[in-house]
This record gives sequence, structure tokens and C-alpha cells, in this order.
Amino acid sequence: MPALPALLLGLVPLTLTAVAVPAAAADRVVETVLSVRGTPEPDGAPVTLDATLLTTDPSVPRPAIVLAHGLGGTKADSLPTARTLARDGYAVLVYTARGFGASGGLVHLDDPAYEGRDAVAMVDEAAERPEVEKTGTGVSADPVLGFAGASYGGAVALEVAALDRRVDAVVPAFTWADLTSALVPQSRVAGGPGSLADVTPAGGTGVLKAAWAALLFTGTAAGTGEGPGEQATPSVCGRFAADVCRAYVEAARSGTAGDDLLALARRSSPDLSRVTAPTLMIQGEDDTLFGLDQADRVMRGLPPTTPAATAWVPGGHDASIAVDDQLDRVTAWFDRYLKGDAAAPVQPGLSVTVPQTTLVGTGGGADDSGAAPRVLTADAYPGRGGAAPGLRTVALDGGVQTVVNPAGARPGALTNLPGSGAAGAAAAVAGYPLAVLPGQAATFTSAPVGRPFDLVGSGRVRVDVTSSGTEAVLFAGVWDLGPDDPQTHRPTSTVLPGRAVAPVRLTGLTPGRSTTVEVALPAVSHQVPVGHRLRLVLATTDSAYAGPLAPAIYRVALAEPSLTLPALGALTASGGSRLDVPLPLVVGVALVVLAALVGLVLLRRARRSFGAAPERADLADVPLVVEGLEKTYADGLKAVDGVTFTAERGQVVGLLGPNGAGKTTTLRMVVGLMRPDAGAVWVEGRGVHGGADVLASVGALIEGPGFLPHLSGRANLEAYWQATGRPLEEAHLEEVLAIADLGTSVERRVRGYSQGMRQRLGIAQAMLGLPSLLLLDEPTNGLDPPQITAMRRVLADYAAAGRTVLVSSHLLAEVEQSCDHVVVMARGRVLLSEATSTLTGDGRRRLEEAFLDLVGTGPAGGGT
Amino acid sequence: MTALPLRAEVRRQLSRRRTLVVFAVLVALPLVLVAAFALGRSDDPTTARGFVDLAQDSGANLVVFALFASTGFLLVVVVALFAGDPVPSEASWSSLRYLLTAPVRRERLLRQKLVAAALFSGAAFVFLPAWTLLVGGLAYGWGPYVGPTGDQLGYPLVLARLGLVVLYLALSLGVVGAFAFFLGTLTDAPLAAVGGAVVLWIVCAILDQITALGGLRQGLPGHFAFAWADALAPTVDYSAMAQGALWSVGYAVVLVAAAVWRFLRKDVTS
Repeated sequence: MPALPALLLGLVPLTLTAVAVPAAAADRVVETVLSVRGTPEPDGAPVTLDATLLTTDPSVPRPAIVLAHGLGGTKADSLPTARTLARDGYAVLVYTARGFGASGGLVHLDDPAYEGRDAVAMVDEAAERPEVEKTGTGVSADPVLGFAGASYGGAVALEVAALDRRVDAVVPAFTWADLTSALVPQSRVAGGPGSLADVTPAGGTGVLKAAWAALLFTGTAAGTGEGPGEQATPSVCGRFAADVCRAYVEAARSGTAGDDLLALARRSSPDLSRVTAPTLMIQGEDDTLFGLDQADRVMRGLPPTTPAATAWVPGGHDASIAVDDQLDRVTAWFDRYLKGDAAAPVQPGLSVTVPQTTLVGTGGGADDSGAAPRVLTADAYPGRGGAAPGLRTVALDGGVQTVVNPAGARPGALTNLPGSGAAGAAAAVAGYPLAVLPGQAATFTSAPVGRPFDLVGSGRVRVDVTSSGTEAVLFAGVWDLGPDDPQTHRPTSTVLPGRAVAPVRLTGLTPGRSTTVEVALPAVSHQVPVGHRLRLVLATTDSAYAGPLAPAIYRVALAEPSLTLPALGALTASGGSRLDVPLPLVVGVALVVLAALVGLVLLRRARRSFGAAPERADLADVPLVVEGLEKTYADGLKAVDGVTFTAERGQVVGLLGPNGAGKTTTLRMVVGLMRPDAGAVWVEGRGVHGGADVLASVGALIEGPGFLPHLSGRANLEAYWQATGRPLEEAHLEEVLAIADLGTSVERRVRGYSQGMRQRLGIAQAMLGLPSLLLLDEPTNGLDPPQITAMRRVLADYAAAGRTVLVSSHLLAEVEQSCDHVVVMARGRVLLSEATSTLTGDGRRRLEEAFLDLVGTGPAGGGT
Repeated sequence: MTALPLRAEVRRQLSRRRTLVVFAVLVALPLVLVAAFALGRSDDPTTARGFVDLAQDSGANLVVFALFASTGFLLVVVVALFAGDPVPSEASWSSLRYLLTAPVRRERLLRQKLVAAALFSGAAFVFLPAWTLLVGGLAYGWGPYVGPTGDQLGYPLVLARLGLVVLYLALSLGVVGAFAFFLGTLTDAPLAAVGGAVVLWIVCAILDQITALGGLRQGLPGHFAFAWADALAPTVDYSAMAQGALWSVGYAVVLVAAAVWRFLRKDVTS
């Protein structure tokens, strides 16, 4: 058994969770509030940025990490993460972006000229701080510095990496690489996917993500007020810069992205080709604002020489943006590229967490351990710097369908409630009837999948669209439908992975003429369970987008009857096979097992010292010597008190005494069933203890026979003999059975035996193997007179063959008639030990009187 | 010492009615399940596919269902019976003293009883899934195992995983057997030893419900009883199983050591 855990440990990589070391947490973080000069506004107004530097020991220069917050936040949002990083040995600089909180200036929506330059100012600040580690000295001092941020701050991280070569590592999260495709997505593509989530638009402006744009702009404007530190009052523009405000208002009013907005979005997208700092891009799988395709853009937009990795993780703008959940990754990235820690965990080029949907809940795993999520990884991001990933297809079924875009785009399909978090998720559960409106959606369905199917990345589909006008807008989504309910014939579950749809705007169409278009479907990470189907839905409306208000009719059909998906052959499922065991448990069990092994060895050694050779050579010829036995029971009764006697070869010795004299207790000690408190028993000169080998030459019947009730008499004797481990020929089974004289009953189960039959079988069992010393405790119990007479003869014959018989009895006559020697016991003591042949005349009377006297006064009680 | 060869001990136990009854119950279990599912099928169909529906997917699924249904109690009783009953049974028949004077050394007697108990328990652990797989395969076909997440395990992988499950079950129920065995060296009443171990299991299951105990619950026998479900995922998370096995093995070693220590010093008066 002890070898088994070791075997398991060898099979899988072992991580031992040691007890948490609170030492690091005890470090006090020193927080210094700073005021950093930012880029002036276009009108020359100076801007100061509110910042804080955190480190546990200001006297030690440390690698720096700058943290940028999300839209509408302040540096306070970054403080918890900053403290954790500070305790990990970093000098952390957090700051409030211009236009928010206590910082001055206006919001330019991550314009490199403003927010980007501000971030560079932070790098300048870090370069001058003594708390920050630097390479080089004086003017050429280059801080060892990383930049991280989520959402609005994530884009700044990418921007500063593009602007400033002094940045040594960046971790953008839940953010954009191309703001145009995030705000005005166009999923019409061409030429097949170049990577896992390739949504490179081909042809024309996309569809305004109206709900998200409104939420971001209006929400932020209302929350920021008109100046730093002022009470927030409702206003149209808030602290947004005038050009940003104007571009948004125009787009919101018209429902289309104007040139101003497009120009602004283009400007606010980082120039990825200039980024040389190692980049870890973390993107959320629940994010209809900045989808997984944005992370794909980063991976393909970075120069091939820039070390880069991306992680698709649960969360995002539709759920929650929890950078702390990803802190292990972030720290590993900075440890590797800032501290130069080669032992930091390597981040795979791609890591995708695939959420597991269950049919029946957890179904009885270890409750609080939680199932590890399935994670797919690839060393290199599929499609980065190399060949495009392979393709696989899923056949879709569905003929030509006609759908209508209603006037005013109402009612609009409800696939998602942007910014509503959990409420949106709840809506999505019941969502199919709300999301796929009759007459407004064409559907194409696959057969049920036979194996769990990973829907990872962005799929492609080619459709033929005929419009009643020159333009067409469609929203494409892929649903996961559960098996149909046999009663309602509706799917038991409907899931729109990521709650994402891909808008396609087709322009320049000829009314009535079909156009084939390739559509990039939303990039998702989802597992389709067995028996579920995929359904492509092409809807004319989506309430989260500003679709065309003019009514139109489209005829939609599949150009190719299949859905094309990136092949996941390069991705390996990892994170599954895991062995995480608390170290103290392993050590504790190992110690227990070790202690048990030591105990076993000691026991063996102790047992081995009992040799086969006589320990008392002088007694080697004496069948039984009992010397000064004493035994006191737990209740204080001294049952045996200094019993000494000897049985010689060829004798039948009678152990005579009233009930309670200590006869049986003595016999139990003779065969080692009990440990005497004092004294010793020698059989042929060898000491007797529990299970001593010398007991093989002792046969015993003590306090009645004991048999397996479900076996026959013969089988019992055979089973007993088998237990001795000696060969059957030595048993003399037939001779012994003849003595028992059970006739045909010997083949019956012992359960049905009379007391006399059991007794005879018990005597027979004691005689098995014809032991040289036979101990019989009250052997005549339950025997009738003829059997008693026969038994006497048997015992006499047995002793006559040179063996020894010790018979205990409470009947004087019994002992007198069958024994050569008598040992009289009472109250645990030996009163008399004499040959019966010498017990004549005076001696005979003495015995009789003594015995009667004893019987009359002996303690009442059982035969112990 | 060759006293009490294993063959002799196995024969002593094999001929007993309780052994036969245990295996009869194990034989009946999958048949009863299949019959119950067949009877229950006429009921109105449920909207969601539950665990019971999954059980009828394939033979392998029926095995998992049967193991799930029996881990909590049936297998516990079986192990407690096989491990807790042999020593006090001999004592209650008065045959223990004759074995010891045969002579069989006490540590030898315990060892052989324990090995035989392990053999019988192991046989039950192997027999139940193997027989259920046969019954389920004939009833529901030989398709792959389909997990609650829709993941599938095909042949022969599912056989290897079921082997892992059986191995883990054997290790994690070792604590029950060891406790029953320990009780058996204290008492002459077989029922006390077997019942005591089952009661321990139930009490621990109740304590395990008290979440306020926090991390202490991990040390409760039975806390990781169902961790074998982890072995049926596409990739195996060995953490819970390793912890369950370690706790069980740790307890078992201590309990068996206590049993040996106690029995070697015991005055056999039965």
C-alpha cells in the first residue's frame, strides 16, 4: 500500500501546495502620492496627473509596473492589484488618466497624442524615481518597467509600448487593438481566415455598436462632470474633449459612423507594428465590446520578433473584468521579462479556457475542490507569423429563406444587453425566442454532434444574399441547441456562445440579384455537448446595433452548405491532468507509513529471537512444567496464584478442583491464550507464549469446543488442520474421527450437533496430529456414561504410547479413575500434587476430605 | 511460519453464507437497476437529461451509475463486513482459541484475515463494475461513456478509467475496512465491528455537511468518497483522489497498527 501514492506521484506532474506563507503579506506597502505633469490640452492648459507609487521598501530600487485603469475609473481601482504586485517585489505606479478623478485635462479617448503621451510621462517619472531599478545611469538611465491595464487602460498599455522603447513588457487586458472594428464592426470578409479569430473586414464601413457606444460615452460623460473634483452634473459631453464629443453625438444621432468618428477611432488604435516589448494579451470570452478578434489583431499586428502570448479567459465587459483572477499570468509575465526570472511559468502562445456546460450539475465530484476548467493551449498562436490554421467543416442544412428588415428596425432581436452583466446573462438563457424573431431570421442547422465539439475561434460561412435594395445588413450568430424535448419539440437548451453576433453590411448591391458573401462569425470559446446541434442564424435586426431603419426584404441561402471552423489540431488540452496535494498530508502519511514499517521490523526481530532450541535444556525431556503462574483479572480477582506442577511422559494428569479454582485460566496460560502476570510454562523445555511453535505438539480442548457452524464435522477438522499448515498425512484424521465416533453425522453441519457430539469432535480436534501433550478441559461434559468409560480408555491408551494427557475436572471420581497423577487446585492455588497410586489409605482419605471441604467452601462461579 | 495459509482462510470465509449473500446482492444490483429503469421509462419524459437518463446511455454509464449509487453505503457495508467480521466471528464460534493454539501466531492470524478481507473486498470492487458492464452493455449497448458534460470516453480508455476508479475506491474505503478490523480485535460480536464502522462512516458524512468545519472536513473519512468521478473527465484531476487515498491510507495504517498492537497483548477469553 505505501508504494501506491509514490506511484501516483510519479505519473503526473506534481504540485505541492504548501501552507500559505504569510511573510510577504506582512510587508507594509509604502504609498507615495505624486503629481505628474501631463501633456497640455490643445489650448495650452497644463494638465497634472494624480499618481501613487507603491513599494515595500523605498530604499531598494525595484522593477516598475505602471497600472492604468478603465474608462470612468481612477487610480484607486488599481490599488489592490498594485499592493499585491508591490509585495511581489515591484515598485508600482498607478495613476488616474486625464479627464478622470483628480487628474486634470479632458478625455481624448486614448489618443496617442494625449493619453499616450501621458503614459510616456509616467515612464519619465519612473525613470527619475530612486525606488525604480534602472539600466544605465544619468540621462541614459532606462527604467526596468512594465505597463499593464484593462479595457481603456489596456489600450494605453499597447499605445505606450508603441510610443516608448523604454517599456520592457506590457500586459493589456480586455481591450482593443483596432477601435474601428470594435465600435463599427464589419464581419464581411474575404479569402478565408488567416488565424484563429481573423475578422479582417473586406469592403465598407460596418454597423455601429450603438448600445455599447451610448453606454460608454453617455455613462462616462455623466459620471465625470465638467472638471476635476467637481460634483458630477448631467451634461452632454462631460469631460470628453470637444472633438470626441462631436464625433459621438453625430454618430449616435444618425445611426451611422461618420468620418469624424472613424478618424478618431483610427487615431486611437495603437500602432502595433512599433511594439517591441513582450506582450501578454488577455482577452475575455464574455465580451461583445472588445471581442476575442481584438486579441487576434494584437497577435497578428505585433512584429514577428516581439515575444507575445494571448490568453482567452472567462469574463469581459459582459460579465466582469477581474484582472486579479489573471494575476498569476500577469506576475509570471513580468517576472520573466522584468526580473529576468527564467523559472517563471512559461505562458503558452495561446491559452483558451473552454467553459464547461454540464447536463446534470457536478454529479458528485469532491465538492469544494471544484473541477479544473478545460484549457486548450498552443505554443504558437495559430496564424501568427506562420501559416494560417487548417480548417474543418460542419455541414449545415437549410434552404433559401426570405427575411424582412422591419421599418425602423423594430422589433429588434435581443441577443445581449450590453453592460448589464449578470442580468444580460439571465436574459440570454431564455433568449432564443427574443433573439431569433420570426420572419426576421434565416436559420441553418447542423446534425447533432457525436462527440463534444469545441467551438473555438471565429468560423466562416458563405451565403448568397439577394436584397430588395442596394444595401443589406445581417447579424450572424451560431447557436448551440440542446436535444429536442420529446413533448414540445423545442430544444431543451439554447445558448448563444459569448452572446455575440457578427454584423455584416453589404453595399452596392443590385436589387434582385444574388451576391455571394463570406461572413466571419463571432470569435468564441464554447464546448458543444454531445447530441447538441449548431444553428447559424442570420437576423435582420439586433437591438445592440444601429441597423438600417428603412424596410427591406432579403433572400438568404447558403452558398456552401457548411460552416468552416479553424482546426484545433495544434491546440492541446492541458490543465486537466493535475495532482495538487497538500504537502503536510503527504509528509504526515509518509511518517505514519514509515513508523508502521519500523514497528513491523521490530516485531519481526522480536519474533525471530524465539528460537526453536530449548531455552531450558534441563527440562527438554519433560512434556509440561508449570512454574509459579499468577494471573489477576482486570476486575481484581486473583484467579491463579502461584500454580506449579509438572506432567511427566506417559502420564494422565488430573487437574482437580471445584468450579472457580483457576483450572481453565491455568490451561489458557499453558497454551498462551493469556499472558501470565508472573511465572512460566515450559513444554519440552521451550517457553510457551502466544502462538509459540512448540504449541504444535500440544493439542487442547479448553472450555468447550469451537467450530465453524456452517461446516460439517469432517470439514471442520480439515479446516482446522489446514490452519496448522502441516501436511494432511500427519493429521491422522481417520483415527481421530474413529475416536469421536460420530458415524455418518461427521458429514453434517456442526450447527445441528448435540453438545455431546460437539464435545467428542472437540476432543478429536485436540488429538489431530497426535500431539505429545494433550490438554482436555472437562472432557466428559455432555458425554453419557458409556462414552465416558470409552473416553477413559482412549486417554489411558493415548498416554500409554508415551504421550502425556492433562485432564481438568471438578469430579474427584473422574480423576481418580482415569489419572495417574492428580493436582488439586482451589482458589488459584495448588493444594496437592501426588500420584493417584500413592493415594491409598490415609492419603486417600486426606484427598477426599480436602476435596469435599473445598467443594463445600469453594467460591461460587464459573469455571475460570 | 506457514500456519493458516491464505487458501485455508479464504476457504473458511468463502463457505459462509454472508459471503454468498454479499455477492448475490452485487449480482442483483445491475439487474435491479435495469429493471427499475425499464419500469420508470413509462413516466412522462423529463425536459432535462438527468443522471438517470445518462445511466441508460451505455453499459459504461450504467457502471458509473451503479458505483455512484453504491459508494455511499453498499460498498461501505461490504468492506466493513469483509474486514470487520472474520476475527470476532471466530471468537464468537470459540474457534479463535483453537486457531491460536494450532498454533497460528497472532500477527500471522491478523495478517491472513486482513489479506483475505482485502481479497474479498477487491473481488467485490472488480466484480460489481465488471458484471454491471456486462449487464449494461447487453441492455444499453456498448457505446462510449458519456459524462454529464457531454464528454465521451471510448473503449478501451473507459476501461482504464474504470480501473482507476476501482483502485481509488479500494484505497478510499480502506479506512472503513481498517476501522472495522480494529473494532473486530476489540469485540467478540461481529455485528459491533461491522456496525461500528458503518456508523463511523455515517457520522462522518453528517459532520461533512457542516461547512463551518472548513478545512477540517478534509480529514473526515468519506470526505473524498466520490472523488473517483474526477477519473471520468477527459483529463484526470488526481488531486482529490490523491488526497482521499492519502487520508484513507494514513488512517488505515494507524488503525491496523492499533489492531495488531491490541491483539498481540489481548487475553483471549472467548
